[in-house]
Amino acid sequence: MLIKKPSDLRSLEITDKSLYMDRRKFIRSASVSLVGLAAGGSSLLRFTEETSAGVKLDGVRKSSLSTTETLNSPKDITTYNNFYEFGTDKYSPAQNAKSLIPRPWTLVVDGEVKRAKRFDIDELLKLSPLEERIYRLRCVEGWSMVIPWIGFPVSGLIKQVEPTSKAKFLELTTLLDPKQMPGQKSGVLDWPYVEGLRLDEAMHPLTILGVGLYGEVLPNQNGAPIRIVVPWKYGFKSVKSIVRIRFVEQQPMTAWMKATPSEYGFYSNVNPEVDHPRWSQARERRIGEFTKRKTLMFNGYADQVAQLYQGMDLRKYF
Amino acid sequence: MSFELKIRHSKFNILKASVFLACLSPLGLLALDAFRDNLGANPIEVITRSVGTWTLVFLLITLSVTPLRKLSGWNSLIKFRRMLGLFAFFYGALHFTTYIWLDQFFDLQGIVKDVMKRPFITVGFASFVLLIPLAITSTSGMIRRLGKRWQQLHRLVYGIAVGGVVHFLWLVKADITQPVVYGTILALLLTYRLLAAWSHRPRVAVRPQAHAAMPGERL
Repeated sequence: MLIKKPSDLRSLEITDKSLYMDRRKFIRSASVSLVGLAAGGSSLLRFTEETSAGVKLDGVRKSSLSTTETLNSPKDITTYNNFYEFGTDKYSPAQNAKSLIPRPWTLVVDGEVKRAKRFDIDELLKLSPLEERIYRLRCVEGWSMVIPWIGFPVSGLIKQVEPTSKAKFLELTTLLDPKQMPGQKSGVLDWPYVEGLRLDEAMHPLTILGVGLYGEVLPNQNGAPIRIVVPWKYGFKSVKSIVRIRFVEQQPMTAWMKATPSEYGFYSNVNPEVDHPRWSQARERRIGEFTKRKTLMFNGYADQVAQLYQGMDLRKYF
Repeated sequence: MSFELKIRHSKFNILKASVFLACLSPLGLLALDAFRDNLGANPIEVITRSVGTWTLVFLLITLSVTPLRKLSGWNSLIKFRRMLGLFAFFYGALHFTTYIWLDQFFDLQGIVKDVMKRPFITVGFASFVLLIPLAITSTSGMIRRLGKRWQQLHRLVYGIAVGGVVHFLWLVKADITQPVVYGTILALLLTYRLLAAWSHRPRVAVRPQAHAAMPGERL
């Protein structure tokens, strides 16, 4: 449990949460209906139905860090999700994530930084040029996909807040609101979902804050409006719907480490030689393929990231 | 009289055929979904999980026959037990096949390693292997030939069902709701048997005066 000092509390958190959420909902529905009335067209109504997914993101650059492998279809990527906040079944998030309100959205960046800051989602979108990053995603369960994310390197955000010399790790937290995220009413995990990265991992050029998918704004079930993508780690490290990034000195405790410490470690790098205690990680099923393929060290990103873990026993630091 | 018997006989056959079709319907629906490309992004996972779940469901249905028969007094239920048990074996064989074929691709070394190293696979594998002698000895001839030993052998089904639940429990990542539901039903079915055995235990010292009123009788 996180016990905050009074000085850490912000006015947003002092305001009664349900009041605050209702206000948000009211503003959203009011503005949406106004816009809908004015436009009277179907394109904007689609916006209301699917929240913000379906909206094109402009000025997206290609990246040399993208893989040239065959992409998974938008349908696969948006209907097969592990997002326990919307149910533990992989087909549930696509059905249940409509209750998430991704706009307006504030990301708080604080902790061991010189300039703690609250970013509005639209401000974040303008922080750095948006890039398309086509990455492999390997789930700890033994399946994988190739996904065309849109986002920008986390390093861009980190530079803005100027971490102090004490900042060694980042603690990333998903929204906590059982009204928007009905799965949080169950005790499957200790909510909110928390993950962590070492500062150098977060600074790595491959690590991005994802805001889009397939040229459009991120669908709710994929972690709208902002998530992290760390392609050489198992998918659960890539936190969705982030509301807070805190820079800390000590290695943060993550949701999965809390749930099953013997099975989930802090690093969770994709590694075919280190099995999950209950199943092998040597192979994976690429969604859409019939046979299984061999899992690659660091999910195929060993050339770029292996030096981060030089001299470390990866069996111990799994 | 023979006419009446004939009708009753054919009624029973229609009923039996309906139950047979009902037992086959999960596979039919799965096939239909596969044909319509309606199994989602990971059809192999859906097929494996589905036939695995139905194995467990049929094991539990089979184990419900005796308690239901005793509680309802509808004795002809027993006539469905063999078919239900064989359907548990049928879905188990399908589940086993998806593992050998679609998960391991007949990699014998990989399978051996898996069975030795992964407790959830060890338990699932053992449970299926133990179902084989039960399926083989399900014929009327075998029942006759084995006599008393048949019942002893078929008590293995209790262990197999426990193994099935444990197999499920050990493979889920965090959400244990479903295995717990199946486990609870199994626990009830096994508790019934324990209570029934206890109430029918030989009582030499004190002979109950109102035997018919003993609660255990109608359990």
